Amino acid sequence: MKDQVLDILADVTGSDEVKKDLDVNIFQTGLLDSMGTVQFLLELQNQLGIDVPVSEFDRSEWETPNKIIAKVESMK
Amino acid sequence: MLNMQPYQDPTYFILLAIGLLPIMIGLLYGKRFRTYETLISIAFLILTFGGIKWHQGIALIGYIIFEMLLIAWYFNYRQKHNKTWVFCLAVILSILPLVVVKITPAIDFGRESIIGFLGISYLTFKVVGMIMEIRDGMIKEFHPWTVFQFIIFFPTISSGPIDRYRRFERDYNTIPDRKKYVGMISKAVHYIFLGFMYKFLLAYFFGQILLPKVGSLALAHGGWSVWTFAYGYVYAMDLFFDFAGYSLFAVATSYIMGIETPMNFNKPFISHNIKDFWNRWHMTLSFWFRDYIYMRLVFFMMKKKFMKSRIAMANLGYITLFLIMGFWHGLTWYYIAYGIFQACAMIICDAWQRFKKKHRKAIPHNKFTECFAIFLTFNVVCFSLLIFSGFLNKLFFVH
Repeated sequence: MKDQVLDILADVTGSDEVKKDLDVNIFQTGLLDSMGTVQFLLELQNQLGIDVPVSEFDRSEWETPNKIIAKVESMK
Repeated sequence: MLNMQPYQDPTYFILLAIGLLPIMIGLLYGKRFRTYETLISIAFLILTFGGIKWHQGIALIGYIIFEMLLIAWYFNYRQKHNKTWVFCLAVILSILPLVVVKITPAIDFGRESIIGFLGISYLTFKVVGMIMEIRDGMIKEFHPWTVFQFIIFFPTISSGPIDRYRRFERDYNTIPDRKKYVGMISKAVHYIFLGFMYKFLLAYFFGQILLPKVGSLALAHGGWSVWTFAYGYVYAMDLFFDFAGYSLFAVATSYIMGIETPMNFNKPFISHNIKDFWNRWHMTLSFWFRDYIYMRLVFFMMKKKFMKSRIAMANLGYITLFLIMGFWHGLTWYYIAYGIFQACAMIICDAWQRFKKKHRKAIPHNKFTECFAIFLTFNVVCFSLLIFSGFLNKLFFVH
């Protein structure tokens, strides 16, 4: 699960940084923007079958790889 | 009868202090006097929408009843069904009053619509956001009383910041512990004094003293002159200090009421690029557009594979977002031109960032390039606000 999420993240951010530092703030560093977020949500749906509505996506709860993994696991 | 616009004159602040004192004492002792809060809210609404503005008051009451019924109806419907056309209908109905208010002056020789009132756009943002979250199943319960409190929350009613229902509900239903609340009070005091400096000192200087001077120089010169550009810079300063000052008052008042209304500005003039600017300028509005229009539209287009190119979809998203923002400001050529200008700036910014990513090694990055980025962004922003100000209309067409 964790690896799958990280793979998706690395893919949409186009960078391995999310795998190296699990506490990097992906929004502040500009790794992920709105477009990237949408791609990420779609990949979650396609690859893992997890539906995250856009209104569920509060940036402060999804701002680091660690937070994202915890969030995705809680929604499984 | 007395009529007072929010945060305009000293009397308003004195009344505010008196009215909020019991709420403050209550919260310090762990109690929220809900009935008193409602009465104070209504009293301040009467102050703003009563007296010579009574017709706006009637419009506000009608608006609240209409939107409350709409939310209740859609919520009940959504518990059993989830048809897309019903959702679209609910959104259209919720923005209908605002659309009428925006179109009326454009087709009726500048006359204001009778259903309009100060702050209608900000209330509409809140309601549309609610309907979208009901659709997503994120708002799971409908509490008419809390929804009513959310809509009429007086500190932010006239010009935001635009709060979100679920966030507001959390704050409204909890009482901050004393340590946290004392922290909120000290922040509120700081914000109020900063707001005084922004609105009554700096905005007064830029807006009342400097702006008319620069404006008449530009008009006397005619056409594009150095004064025309200067107008953009002075206007940008005036707009920022006026609106940021107002927002600080609104946030401070909310804090005193134990509600953590989000901030609206975060040092916008040190933005490194236009995208960064929109994360710092009128944030509650830009985040609203980002979350409720841009992301939903792009999500929909990507899911339906509407276009092959992701870049094209992102760009179409920007154009849609900023055109809607332009129309929302008003049906004039300069608001729409401002929207198109911002959309172009965003598209160019994205293209540049893609280019930079590809050629990371060849493009230098140091203190100097950062300063240049801030300088460039600042100039682009001030020029966009020159369009937004409507001064070019005066200069080229009405003069």
